[in-house]
Amino acid sequence: MDRYKEIADLHKAKENRIYNSFVSFICGGVMGFLAELIIECLMNWFKLSRTDSSIYMIVIFIFISCLFTSLGFFDKLVTKFKCGLIIPITGFAHSVMSSSLDAKNEGLIYGIGSNMFKLAGSVIVYGVVSAFILGLIRYLIGGV
Amino acid sequence: MTFYYNNVYLNNTSCVTGPYEKDGLLGEYFDKSYSDLYMGEKSFEKGEIRLVKDSLNILLRKSKINSDSIDLVVGGDLLNQITASTYGSVDIGNFIGIYGACSSSVLGMIIVSNFIEGGFISRGISLVSSHNMTSEKQFRYPTEYGAPRKNSSTFTSTGSACCLLSNKKSNVRVDCATLGRIIDYKENDPNDMGRVMAPSAIDTLLRHLKDTGRDVSYYDLILTGDLGKYGMEILKDYLDKEYDIILSNYNDCGVMLYDLEKQSDIHAGGSGPVCSALVVYSYIYELMKKKKLKRVLFLATGALFSPLLIYQKENINSICHAISLEVV
Repeated sequence: MDRYKEIADLHKAKENRIYNSFVSFICGGVMGFLAELIIECLMNWFKLSRTDSSIYMIVIFIFISCLFTSLGFFDKLVTKFKCGLIIPITGFAHSVMSSSLDAKNEGLIYGIGSNMFKLAGSVIVYGVVSAFILGLIRYLIGGV
Repeated sequence: MTFYYNNVYLNNTSCVTGPYEKDGLLGEYFDKSYSDLYMGEKSFEKGEIRLVKDSLNILLRKSKINSDSIDLVVGGDLLNQITASTYGSVDIGNFIGIYGACSSSVLGMIIVSNFIEGGFISRGISLVSSHNMTSEKQFRYPTEYGAPRKNSSTFTSTGSACCLLSNKKSNVRVDCATLGRIIDYKENDPNDMGRVMAPSAIDTLLRHLKDTGRDVSYYDLILTGDLGKYGMEILKDYLDKEYDIILSNYNDCGVMLYDLEKQSDIHAGGSGPVCSALVVYSYIYELMKKKKLKRVLFLATGALFSPLLIYQKENINSICHAISLEVV
């Protein structure tokens, strides 16, 4: 068995990690640039505060990625741009939307309702847990 | 365990595929191909059932027989509770559902051949199907998620393929078959199935050669099911280094089915129960009918695992069944 592993290791598929990281880095950067652009536009055009504009920007990003997922081409973009689209909020929205679409034939209750957070559930649970822990640390160190 | 047959013939085959297989290297050999993965149905699962029904109907039409004269249908696929095969085979013969993952194609042929050789039935169908999207849902991520995949990962083929076996003479005979054993080589990467399944192909091939007393050069072609390009390299290299067996007459169905350079989504090659069947029942069967290939050993490899047990840190087991086909 060890000999098999030795021989199998000689025939491993090569992953182009540098290229993948570069694509994700550039794509993530472009996403950040677009986000900032939207925030600036909202602040200037609608005279909103920076906090409010950020929230609207996130809503816009979520809407666009859900729309693209539903139209059936966001998965192709994800395959191309990899983590550059998965790590930002677009990836989260995409995971919720793709799970829902997957389950739409099983109906609203057993399908969409119970499968919507199949991938995103962990993000929410551990997001809340880590927010609680970090909040606690901040309280213990810095007070109210 | 190797069985020998004197009275089992491969009479006819049918292959129905999805769009990726049509665009592959063997596109012209298939009986019917759909350009859409839904096959005109409302869900992917129903699309797969449509594929099964189509392939059975085409086989019956091509063989000019009706469903009453089929004694047995042995079917397998990747869906939970093998529903594509069962829903697709309503009203056609007695039915046995099997699960051998991607090795189902040969397992089905062995079961039907044994029934025929034993004299219990005179005519039976072995049927397999798989669908890229339904198996993505079953084993990986939601279909619209499009998670980036490793270069070593394989692509589940879409389609359904049937073969009609009987005791009526035809130009291709089932010569013998070797049943596989479940092999655990402590591999656990579901994105590198070639590496997981190559040990079982090696094990079955060596046992087949030992049982029959044959040499690899006895066969015009030795085919593995869906090891992909990396699995193929491992198998060849391992047999060369450890057993001094040089495989020059060897190929892999997963690599033959697609154009790996142009179809970059496929990565290391095709997989799924139907992948090997689509190649053997179309292209290889055609070559055998024209007597360009006389003896073919067909080893269908399968990975036996569930996503649940992968999360529970279990290894992935594999199995490989072999069948030898000969031109009469």
